[in-house]
Amino acid sequence: MKVTVVGAGPSGLYLAILLKKADLAHDVTVLERNAPDATFGWGVVFSEETLGALRDADYASYLEITDSFARWTSIDIHYRGQVLRSSGHTFSAIKRTHLLDILQRRARALGVTLRFGAEVAEAEPAELVVAADGSNSTLRRSGSFGTSVEPQGCKYVWFGTDLVLDAFTFIFKDTEHGLFQVHAYPFDEYTSTFIVETRPETWRRAGLDAMSEQESIAFCQNLFATELGNHRLMSNKSIWLDFPLVRNRSWHDGNLVLMGDSAHTAHFSIGSGTKLAMEDAIALANSFVRHPDAIEQALTDYELERQPVVERFQQAAGDSAGYFGRVGHYLSLEPIQFAVNLLTRSGRISHANLTQRDPQLMRVLDAWFASSTTPGAVAPPPMFSALEAGGLTVRNRVVRAGGDLAEAARTGAGLVLTGFVAVSPDGRTTPSCPLLDDSWAPVVAKVHDTGALAGVRLGHAGRRGAVRESGVDVPLRDGWPLVSASPLRYAPFGAVPREMTAADMARVRDEFAAATSAAADLGFDVLELDLADGYLLASFLSPLSNKRTDSFGTDRLAFPLSVVDAVRAAWPGLLVARLTVTDWARGGLSVEDGIANARACAEHGVDVVHVRAGWSTAGSAPEYRRGYLTTLSDRVRNEAGVRTLVGGYLTTPDEVNTVVAAGRADLCLFEPQPTPLEAAL
Amino acid sequence: MSHVKVGIGLPNTIPGASGALLVEWARRADAGPFSTAAVLDRLVYDSIEPFAALSAAAAVTSRVGLATNIAIGPLRGTAMLAKQAMSVDALSDGRFTLGLGVGARRDDYEAAGVARRTRGAVLSEQLAFVRGQLDGSGIGPVRSIPLLVGGTSGAALGRMARYADGYAHGGGPPRAFGSAANRARAAWRDLERPGEPVLWGQGYFAFGDPDKGADYLRDYYAFTGPFAEKIAAGNLTSPRAVKDFVRGYEAEGCDELILYPTVADLDDLARLAEVLA
Repeated sequence: MKVTVVGAGPSGLYLAILLKKADLAHDVTVLERNAPDATFGWGVVFSEETLGALRDADYASYLEITDSFARWTSIDIHYRGQVLRSSGHTFSAIKRTHLLDILQRRARALGVTLRFGAEVAEAEPAELVVAADGSNSTLRRSGSFGTSVEPQGCKYVWFGTDLVLDAFTFIFKDTEHGLFQVHAYPFDEYTSTFIVETRPETWRRAGLDAMSEQESIAFCQNLFATELGNHRLMSNKSIWLDFPLVRNRSWHDGNLVLMGDSAHTAHFSIGSGTKLAMEDAIALANSFVRHPDAIEQALTDYELERQPVVERFQQAAGDSAGYFGRVGHYLSLEPIQFAVNLLTRSGRISHANLTQRDPQLMRVLDAWFASSTTPGAVAPPPMFSALEAGGLTVRNRVVRAGGDLAEAARTGAGLVLTGFVAVSPDGRTTPSCPLLDDSWAPVVAKVHDTGALAGVRLGHAGRRGAVRESGVDVPLRDGWPLVSASPLRYAPFGAVPREMTAADMARVRDEFAAATSAAADLGFDVLELDLADGYLLASFLSPLSNKRTDSFGTDRLAFPLSVVDAVRAAWPGLLVARLTVTDWARGGLSVEDGIANARACAEHGVDVVHVRAGWSTAGSAPEYRRGYLTTLSDRVRNEAGVRTLVGGYLTTPDEVNTVVAAGRADLCLFEPQPTPLEAAL
Repeated sequence: MSHVKVGIGLPNTIPGASGALLVEWARRADAGPFSTAAVLDRLVYDSIEPFAALSAAAAVTSRVGLATNIAIGPLRGTAMLAKQAMSVDALSDGRFTLGLGVGARRDDYEAAGVARRTRGAVLSEQLAFVRGQLDGSGIGPVRSIPLLVGGTSGAALGRMARYADGYAHGGGPPRAFGSAANRARAAWRDLERPGEPVLWGQGYFAFGDPDKGADYLRDYYAFTGPFAEKIAAGNLTSPRAVKDFVRGYEAEGCDELILYPTVADLDDLARLAEVLA
């Protein structure tokens, strides 16, 4: 097979090596626009699993690569003037030019033709053409791949430094302009990579947009003078960049195939770009071993194998990039929690993984979380740590909601919440929707027998009322009249609600206050006020459902907050607000709106915000995945400064431990999958 | 791990499969070991309409479940769609499961003369109608039939959790099904539905003439461009591949897995029955 690889980066060279190894009859040419010793970037990082793959794919180059590795096991976090070290990780890195040198020699030895200073146009026709020419691939433009390139994360710049680090190093430096952070790691015995990153507005405030390369180095050198000591930052065409997130719907078009950064990028903060590119090369070469005479089949196999893997990394990389974009909001976290938040940012490392890697760090974290700073202290994992809130002690961080309350309490949860309980018959969802009556007293007593707290969720269905038991929002034939902020139907065939008058609002507020007193009399410990999911109070909050022209439209918080006040006045215990913090819809509540609303709730005496999203209208489009509400909760908790409860399909104790340990929520709605294992008990 | 039920597709979208063959296929499916005989839906293609195909199947079967998996709801008027679904359920004496989705093809909408832009809203309306608007409408027979909804978007999953009994996945390796199943479960809890959604999966197979089967998939999915080749690569062509696939789906919590033929050959049906027996 005649193969032309465009781009002599790590993946292009590695593919050439592997194709040639598999069949010396392959005629493989690598074209590179630049000179063989042109340098871009400094060091590249590998993980243990990638090394395993490199060892299996080509032992000779593996030996040379690993011989010149910088290896380390620690992560240093410079934060608030101190350094916190986490151990037990495995990293290795190599100077990029050295890696290329090894691969070039290996490729030549196997008979690969390498042509440097060569443009794509000079390529002879080949059976297979590989675009390994980077995120800004020229060759990609000659095919149809469904390419999207969009900026991701902050402004960043790559430097080298002669400061030889002995750990992967994060530096967080708060300045008058805003926060700067550094990602730095060693790659040989003389040099480290030193990446500086900051939000675009901070970058502009600091004047970096108008600085020359030299001025910007001097700025960074000065900013990190303490950490650098007498070492210097070195430039290598080091200009400030936006990270390009590259995605392609398809990775091949005819006989032209994308590989590495031309096919996909993953934000540098998870250090996986080179790893993914070289794994691509391995998969592509293997596909031709499987299908030596069928290019289309081989390329299809390559995509089928690699795309799901890359999607997972891009998801994690996106989460990591998002973290570094908002890390300025975490500066009130205590150092140990800040560290765990940082280490678990991409969702790939959990409390359990960290406990395995760095038992010391996690013992201290668990003890700190349980309010013990005594040296040598031990404590249960964070989910079993008690929470003091609203004058009460919740025995652990696990919340169960809905269903049989007594049964939920017997699972060991710290707090059990009822499903939707209406403040009045008109506020019901379905005809069998519960109200507050004496039948709750024995249920509450049973919950208390287990040591759990009992919470009642009080709401008014508003325009989501008068529906059937089957499904959700399926209207009754003969329902009761509905009220809402504005006369807009919620779901198909639903009744149009009446716009609430001031008198309606006064009546409903009184109903909430009366139900609150009743809940206190029934012995409930926690009251969850429903300001979410498109029910009555939420209908006032969202611009999608509140089209009023009176003061309750201009100040959409006014009526809901007056209910919060009335409930707070009647409720001595822990008050939770179940709150929609974004509508996930154009023209709806943004996350910033939701954070402001959460802050307002807290100012009106709410102890905990139960973070919800979507469903202000029936046409929401949530991006479901495990823990899909966690980032929202993190933002509300750290930006509004209020305790949070979050659900979003958290199904394992490890997820709960990670969420609460990292300060992303204080309480978690735990929703384990049913398993036949329990039936066998 | 719960036990996955395995159903078989009727060859209603394989060009050239005769009505007689389809009826015979249904008869043999009824003989077992299959739980369900299911159909796909395409308008602009040489295929037999799903409700017509299932009506024929209902007449020659007495045991096997019948299902659209899925039918493209918005191509049909809401009341007529409900009428067709209720009719198949009546003809089969309650063996019918209605799976609905918005489909993926523009030309189906153009040919049906239906606006594609509002397809999501229309499907929601259809689901709400089937769920609760029949009694008193004068449209009958009024029957309670299990509903499935397909699709991958958050909106589709929300629609599923709001109105349906379960989720109909569109196919792929077990891992892709597992990830979609988790999203479906998350949606189910988000809408506060009790219990768990029923989860249906699907795959394609051909034993006797795999190349012909792959050609059919390339043609059937030509509208997806480069994805057609990937779907063709997923065709299950050996007993081992089928068994691994079923086991993989079972491990991901699939309740019902439909295997669709890619060659309309009764020998393939017989071999699949042997493999699953």
